[in-house]
Amino acid sequence: MIKTEHLCKRYPAVTAVEDVSFEVRPGEVLGFLGPNGAGKTTTMRMLAGFVTPTSGRARICGHDVEDAPLAARQSVGYLPEGAPCYGEMRVSAFLAFIAELRRLEGARKRARLDYVIERLQLASVLERQIETLSKGFRRRVGLAQAIMHDPPVLILDEPTDGLDPNQKYEVRTLIEEMAHEKIIVISTHILEEVAAVCTRAIIIARGRIVADDTPLQLTSRSRYHNAVSLQLARAEQLETARAALAGLAQVEQVEVTEREARLTALPRAGAMILQEVATLAVQQGLQLKELHLESGRLDEVFRTITA
Amino acid sequence: MRNVALILRRELASYFATPLAYVFIIIFLVLANAFTFYIGAFYQRGQADLRPFFMFHPWLYLFLIPALTMKLWAEERKSGSIELLMTLPVKVWEAVLGKYLAAWLFTGLALALTFPIWITVNYLGSPDNGVIFASYLGSLLLAGGFLAIGSCMSALTRNQVVAFILGVFACFVLLLAGYPMVLDAFRGWAPQTLIEAIASLSLLTHFQSITRGVLELRDVLYFVMLIGFFLFTTTVAVDLRKAD
Repeated sequence: MIKTEHLCKRYPAVTAVEDVSFEVRPGEVLGFLGPNGAGKTTTMRMLAGFVTPTSGRARICGHDVEDAPLAARQSVGYLPEGAPCYGEMRVSAFLAFIAELRRLEGARKRARLDYVIERLQLASVLERQIETLSKGFRRRVGLAQAIMHDPPVLILDEPTDGLDPNQKYEVRTLIEEMAHEKIIVISTHILEEVAAVCTRAIIIARGRIVADDTPLQLTSRSRYHNAVSLQLARAEQLETARAALAGLAQVEQVEVTEREARLTALPRAGAMILQEVATLAVQQGLQLKELHLESGRLDEVFRTITA
Repeated sequence: MRNVALILRRELASYFATPLAYVFIIIFLVLANAFTFYIGAFYQRGQADLRPFFMFHPWLYLFLIPALTMKLWAEERKSGSIELLMTLPVKVWEAVLGKYLAAWLFTGLALALTFPIWITVNYLGSPDNGVIFASYLGSLLLAGGFLAIGSCMSALTRNQVVAFILGVFACFVLLLAGYPMVLDAFRGWAPQTLIEAIASLSLLTHFQSITRGVLELRDVLYFVMLIGFFLFTTTVAVDLRKAD
């Protein structure tokens, strides 16, 4: 379990993290969201034992990161932002170095090395120098060192940043596979990623937690939650459609995108308007190309909360 | 100690993974011999000893050692790999000691590769090999002192050039602490006891007294304490500044 209480980090010029408290339990995949400079990386660094908190406490599996730093660090697999490595080392030597510092020996060491090499498909680059590898491979080397000792807690700072869509997919699959037995904390800019892999999201802005919820609940805070979006086959019906939709009692507002001949009807709080809109479309003789119910837009929630 | 050994091994391997090791060793050997034969007039003196060889070591080390140590910590911070190292279950002092010992072992290797000159002098005459042994030990201790100073300077900055210049300067000041160039900066305002204390810190004085063949405990102790002090300071500096 990860538990932080009133975690703060102040620098002479700025307060990076202010009063951050949360708990994460096994099986949870926590996504840290926030604008750049919001304090995500600083928070993760405090959990990993790289940055010392100014005040507050953080415990990893019961080990305080300040009082029992080595035990806390041994429970964590950590991928720092940008996956820094010793560039002049060969992949095989680097992984062996990490395994030994993680106190793996003998058969267990060989088994874990084989596992991470196989899992992250590093066999083809084992004898290459890390600095000559592509960004995707370097990130995989970073992930391999993080999971080397099969830690109960994984802290991954932007694990998919700069990867191509296939590599992103692989990393997400890896996270999902490990999710049920471990505690995983990731930070990301990519909002779809949160919906895809996280069971819970914490949004940080200016060093403080501004939201802590499941991705689904966060999405439902969007004003587009349960909105109905329709695209017309004939653009000349746009004005008729807009006026008719605006006339519905349960519709709060209608947004029009002329270029796509698309209308979005936003419901009043809690209202379900899909049926009414569909009926209306038939009555008005609108020719539809598309009609769908929106679940909400995470990016819009994100902007509203962090602005 | 296991972690110290692991870090030492990794560091040492990384010297040889880049041209650094070969460039350093070759330049060191070329300069050491050039100084001995040309400026030190090894042949012309007509004496079977290695004084002209060892007398230039402080000046060689003054520039070569900070070049070796400038990357120790500055590079780790610049590349971000320090974040990896310091989030592994490793104590700061273990990393400091491992890196330092790797650099010392490497310098020791470079020094050991000067053995042809020892064979030469034994071939040409019959030198006092006890003095030569003491001088090698003195040279190794001097290198150790410089390395500790350089390690500390490297921990203060993420810029390797700054680390190099700070290293050369700090080594120079401690090397000549017993000489007017340094002492004059203190004369006139500092109390006499302080000036004497500074003078007694002179690396050159202690080095020369060992290379005369007198291996005194206080000289060895001086180097041990100097190394200990600067490694301790390195540990504090790394711990405080690792995440800056």
